[in-house]
Amino acid sequence: MFSVLPRRTNAGVLGGLAVITAVGLAACGSSGSPSSGSSSSSNPLTAGGSKGVVVGSANFPEDELLAEIYVLALQGKGVKVTSKFNIGDREVYYPEVKNGAITILPEYNGALLTTSVDTTSTAATTAEVNAALTAKLPSTLEILNSSSAQDKDSVTVTQATATKYHLSSIADLAPVAKDFVIGGPSEFKTRTDGLVGLKKNYGLTFKSFDPLDESGPVTLAALVDGKVQAADVFTTTPQIITDHLVALADPKFNFAAQNVTPLVYKKGVNSTIVATLNAISARLTTPGLLAMDKAVILDHDNYSTVAKGWLTAVGLSS
Amino acid sequence: MSFLSYAWDWLRAPVQWHGPGGIPIRILEQLGYSGLSLLVAALIAVPLGVLIGHTGRGALLVVNIANAWRSIPTLGLLVLAVITLGFSPLAWLIPLVVLAIPPILVNTYEGVAGVDPEIRDAARGMGMTSWQQVRKVEIPVAVPLIMLGLRTGAIFVVATATIAAYIGLGGLGRYIIDGLAANNYGEVAGGAALVVVLALLVQVLFVGLRYLVIPAGLRKQERPT
Repeated sequence: MFSVLPRRTNAGVLGGLAVITAVGLAACGSSGSPSSGSSSSSNPLTAGGSKGVVVGSANFPEDELLAEIYVLALQGKGVKVTSKFNIGDREVYYPEVKNGAITILPEYNGALLTTSVDTTSTAATTAEVNAALTAKLPSTLEILNSSSAQDKDSVTVTQATATKYHLSSIADLAPVAKDFVIGGPSEFKTRTDGLVGLKKNYGLTFKSFDPLDESGPVTLAALVDGKVQAADVFTTTPQIITDHLVALADPKFNFAAQNVTPLVYKKGVNSTIVATLNAISARLTTPGLLAMDKAVILDHDNYSTVAKGWLTAVGLSS
Repeated sequence: MSFLSYAWDWLRAPVQWHGPGGIPIRILEQLGYSGLSLLVAALIAVPLGVLIGHTGRGALLVVNIANAWRSIPTLGLLVLAVITLGFSPLAWLIPLVVLAIPPILVNTYEGVAGVDPEIRDAARGMGMTSWQQVRKVEIPVAVPLIMLGLRTGAIFVVATATIAAYIGLGGLGRYIIDGLAANNYGEVAGGAALVVVLALLVQVLFVGLRYLVIPAGLRKQERPT
């Protein structure tokens, strides 16, 4: 569908549009790619049976991909799995996990905590967030081990800028922030983890702030074009690869942790399931997740193929 | 609280009326985006409308394309323009020009094509060349409709120039987008109210302009019979 675009279009920035489209398509119907899980369990005799589990996902590509990884890994261990992907927002699926209609769902620990469990929490690090979740989750739920993979806000710069100014962490911006224009969604200006937090945690005051979009095509184009020198980009935005961007490390957790973490309905899981999911978390990294996101979102690879490829690569499937 | 009281409370705070993000500057930005877009659209659509109205060639095709053209989503075009062209002024100019062209083009065409054949005959009978017919007869007679097209285009553009804020520019859209992001509904309502007022003022301006540019002969003709 992109063949109608002018030829000079940079494939990288074009990806921004692809994200919109991909999200849109995913929302329209996930019946396409990531459905291998459901086929094996559509047998009414086994689906929803006492030993079966239901793996759910939110309605965006990355979460569906993670759910597909869970499904394939569990099936590899002989667990009966039903997949119920593309459910909606947390407001919709969280009650379903809480009441056991969904057994397992790939979550982001920070967002889970502040949107559904404790909206006033100020926990920032992975340990703090997980401790808060363990303390406050309803008794029917628990989180398993967090992976190191995080999909969270970041201060992102181009590779060229990073090389020129020797930037790898947000702290490295100290000498240059006064010359940098930073971009992000309009609320970044006032949010506690936006400009306010960057000043408080890292002592950074930027030259100015440009209101853009939420890690979308406008933000990416502004970074690539040099309209802004730094921007708030989510750490698993696939254009980080194609546009040669660098998400700066955030050692002081200005942005609260968003580790990919399995949320499970306690009664529905046994030790095999817990061990399988924890093994996935142990191997999942941000770069690994980013590469898979690029494959499904920008390259339109099949979800199952990508999930299977990763499981094989990390030694969890043969 | 109602929309109006939200808007009113925000609008009457003196702080909104000063500085680089103040209302006067935002209104000027909005008028700047709109004015330039309308000018470019008019430079394209008026001559084209006159040409096809005069010759009658390609009329069906152009008018239908212009009408289909109206369905192009302006915001989508804006994002596409930013992605392909970067942050040049063309990024916001193209979508707004595209928005303003159809009403101007179609009305200009209708105005020129609808000139009474007897008047054309008379002009030809007086020995006017084709160009003289266009300039001295057809365009003046079509002015009321051309002005209607420009007015419609201007209102579209003035109301829609709010989208410039989506790509980090100024204008009244800034209040709407920033207000929504910060859950400041007074700012959203105030910004929206300003857009409405501005669109109404533009409408009034065009009614006045129309009175000034319509030839005296036609004005008499228009008086209630």
